[in-house]
Formats: sequence, structure tokens, C-alpha cells
Amino acid sequence: MTNTTHPHTRATVLPRGSRTTFDPFPRQASKNLVVRAIVKHALLVCLLLVMIYPLIWMVAASFRPSNEAFNGIGLLGSRFTFENYVSGWSEGQINFSRYFLNSLVITVLSIIGNLIAASLAAYAFARLEFPFRRVLFALMLGTMLLPMHVTLVPQYMLFNSFGWVNTILPLVVPKWLATDAFFIFLMVQFIRGVPRELDESARIDGCGHFRIFGRIIMPLALPAIGTTALFTFIWTWNDFLGPLLYLNKDSMKTVPLGLNAFLDATGASSYGPLFAMATLSLAPIVGFFIVSQRLLIEGIATTGLK
Amino acid sequence: MLYSLYLSFTDYNLLAPTASMVGLDNYVRIFTADDRALTSIGVTALYVFIGVPAILVVSLLVAMLLNSKLGFLTGYRALFYLPSLLGASVAVAALWRVIWGDEGIINKVLSMVGIEHSSWVGSPDTALMTLIVLAVWAFGSTMIIFLAGLKQVPNELYEAAEMDGAGKVRRFFSITLPMMTPIVFFNSLMVTINAFQAFTPAYVISGGTGGPADSTLFYTLYLYQQGFSQLNMGYASALAWVLVLGLGIVTAVYFWSSKYWVHYGDN
Repeated sequence: MTNTTHPHTRATVLPRGSRTTFDPFPRQASKNLVVRAIVKHALLVCLLLVMIYPLIWMVAASFRPSNEAFNGIGLLGSRFTFENYVSGWSEGQINFSRYFLNSLVITVLSIIGNLIAASLAAYAFARLEFPFRRVLFALMLGTMLLPMHVTLVPQYMLFNSFGWVNTILPLVVPKWLATDAFFIFLMVQFIRGVPRELDESARIDGCGHFRIFGRIIMPLALPAIGTTALFTFIWTWNDFLGPLLYLNKDSMKTVPLGLNAFLDATGASSYGPLFAMATLSLAPIVGFFIVSQRLLIEGIATTGLK
Repeated sequence: MLYSLYLSFTDYNLLAPTASMVGLDNYVRIFTADDRALTSIGVTALYVFIGVPAILVVSLLVAMLLNSKLGFLTGYRALFYLPSLLGASVAVAALWRVIWGDEGIINKVLSMVGIEHSSWVGSPDTALMTLIVLAVWAFGSTMIIFLAGLKQVPNELYEAAEMDGAGKVRRFFSITLPMMTPIVFFNSLMVTINAFQAFTPAYVISGGTGGPADSTLFYTLYLYQQGFSQLNMGYASALAWVLVLGLGIVTAVYFWSSKYWVHYGDN
């Protein structure tokens, strides 16, 4: 999946390696280039170290005995220990296994919902003829520009009147209703790139819309599906405002809420367990990122998605 | 949305749900009678005006460094991108609160070179600055878009300019920047819109209060407090619509000004 190329970019990228400068002093120039490359590498590595160091420091601190969490700026403690993880995990009235479970359920349901709903909506916009299609498409794009805060209050009151506060429904149900215009747009653009001849020949062979959708469009739109799934995962997993609004009961809290409560409840004494839980909460994102970083980065470069 | 517009003209409160129309009172109050609303507008404006240019400059500089045919491109790209995935998370905001705190590693480093400083997040003068640094720290996704754009600037242009004797600085201002204006435009618009809506870091770092002394009271945070702590849904809706109008004006200015500085390739 990671090797799939994006037709849109490849078409516009100019042939590489077309640089043919005439160089009257080749040896001196190449020496200069080496020095310059070394300086640039040094700059980049320094910048990276400064940027990443806080993260590394946090991970290292989470494995130190908890009274050494603030042991200066170094990484190593007197011994290597998992006790922060053990004590952090059972922090609060309800422990982190519950928070992780809640987060996991919400995230998985959101991903599935977003994939099904967004891809069906995108198929409709890209391939079906129906009245007001253009107007509806424009409206949908318009919702992308509006800040989410406008709908925050009425949405809350709506879900409140359904009695959905303190359930995961307000966080999951919108995803199943294709409310994420960005992903629909992404998939519409992608499906438009799939040649129509393929659908037509399938139709001649007797396929209905669902077969065409399932057997032809979806397999060809895999990169877009992958990008959607990944970003839904990251955004839902990190989401703080949504759960903060709708989930007040401790047993319903997600990992970010649990962490925040933990942060507020503890003094400097238990930063070790806090770091341990923070590390665990970031681990799934970093893991996914490592597995799929090429797809992810090409996705941003081509769609402007953040 | 229309309901939200309607609410913004009422004094609806979730605890006393007998809404009455108050006309434009909510809007008038935001700008004349509510000091905290004005503070939050100021804080957000400061955050946007300093943070957005900083993010753009840093991302463009790093993208240009990465674009110069060095090795390990994919590795660098991935590592620079990573913080932007984590930047909005509670875990990183919590980490930020700790490292910029009284005994955080920032102060430990400073004391090694002889500077003593109190908590950065605890002082009203510096708390907002730590949030801006956090936003700049997560510059990776902006940088990746710049990098993709830089790769599409035709090499022939640089070669021609080199033949004509244009130096590095000249080439940057005469070729790179003009060719990149559509991407600069896109990136600055996206970064600006995102900055206006930043919420999580301010909430976590200030413990939900916008403190110390309201110095990190982002507009969205104030909206949250009004709507969901004090349950003034009508007033919060008015705040939301002011945000929409503000963003609309900023977007309009961007598009209007783009006529003068964005060049789309016509060749």
C-alpha cells in the first residue's frame, strides 16, 4: 500500500536529475559542496535534537524511579524501572485500562464509520447523477471552512435533548453520517481519477452500483482510504474537546481526559507516573506513524491535509 | 447552524431554559461590557500574529535545507513531521507544562549558563510565549507542503539565473519566493485558521482557566467557559458567530490580497 503512487503529483513533478551545470573547476566545487552538505546536516541534526529531546526526556523519565523524575536534564536514573507504569496505570478512581478501552472503542468505531460513510458519499458525488449535486457539493465544501465552534453549542443541545451526554454516541454517530467534509472531498478527488471506462465495462457485465463501488472503486482508492483511516485515527485518538464536552463521568473518560485529570490532581511528586501514562498515550500514534509514514507524508504533500 | 444564529440573539442558559430574545445585546456586550472577551480576542490575535509568521518562516527554512539534495531525506522528513502529529495531544501539552515549569528542563539548561528564571508557564508575561513555541514546534506538516512545492520549481529557472550571475539571496527572492507564492498562500491561510481555533494546549497548560491572569485565555477557551462551564449557551453562540465573522474577514483579506502577491504560473 505504501508504494502506491498518487497520479496527481506524479503528473506534475518535473523530471529529476535534469541539472547539468557547466562547472569550470570541478574538484574545488565538489569539495565546497561536501563542506556545505556537512554544515547542513549538522544544522538539521542539531535542530532535530532540540525538538525531539523533550520527548526522549519524557520517555526516559518514565523509566526512572519516581522520585528522580526531575533529575536534571540527563536521561539516566539510578536504575531502570517499570514502577511508574504500574502505579500510573491504576491512578484515579478508575484506572487507565478503562480509559484506554474507551478511547479504543471510540476510535475504532469512528474509523469504520468515517470510512463507510465518507466513501459512499464520495462515490455518490463522483459518479452518480442526482438533482442539486453541484449545489450540495459546494455546500459540503463550505462546511469545511466554518469553524467547528459554530455548531458546538446547538450540537450539544441537540445531543443533550437526546439524552446522549455521557455516552459515546455524540462522538461516534456524526462520523457515521459522513459529516467530515474533508475526507469526502479527498475521496471524491481520488475517485474522479479512476477511469470511468472501468465502471462502464462492469455495468455492461451486469454490476449494480454496490458491486461497482465494492469491487472496482474501493480497491483502486486504497491510498485515499488509508489516508482517511490514519488521520481519523490520529484525530480521534488525540481529540480532547469532544470528550471534554460529552463525557463527564469518570468511567466514560478517554485517555486524553484521564491524562488531563491526572495532571490537575497531582503535584510534582507523581510526575513519574504521569510521564509513563503520557508515553503510553502517544505510543499508538508513534507506532502507526512508523508503520505508515510514507503514505502519511505523501498524503499531506498531495492533499494539504494536516 | 441557523439554530446557533437564533440562540446568539437570546439569553438562553441551560439551567434556566426560558430563553427570551435580547436582540443584539449579546454582541454589544462582547465588545463593550465584557473585559474577558476583549482580553481573549487580544490573546488570540497576539498568538496568531506572532505564531503564524514564525511557523511559516521556520517551515520554509527547514524545507529549503531539506530540498538541497542531502541524503537521508525520508528520515529527516519523518522526524520533523512527527511533532506535528503529537502537538495537539494532551500528553505533549502536559509535558510542555512540566518542562517550562519551575523545575523544568528549560530552567535547568538556563541555570547551567547562569540564568535563573522562574516558571515560564506560571508567569503572565511568558505563558503565551510557551504556547507559541509549542505551535512552532509542530511545524512539520506545513514544512512538508512547502517541501513538495519546492520540488516543483523548475531547475531551469535557477540555472538561467545562475548564468546571469544572480547570487543565492537574489535567486531566493526572484525565483523561489515568487514561484512558491501559491503554496505560501495556502499554508498561511491554513495555519492562520488553525491558530484561531487552537484550544487543547491552552486548556491543558492553564488547567482550563486561561491563566495565569488570563494570559492564555484563547478565544475558543473563553467560548468553552461561557458555554459549557457557565452554560450561557446564548452568549456562547454569539461568541461563536463573532469568531465566524472574524475568520471570514481574515479569509476575505487573504483572498483579496492574493491578487497582489500570489503568482500562478502562466507558462
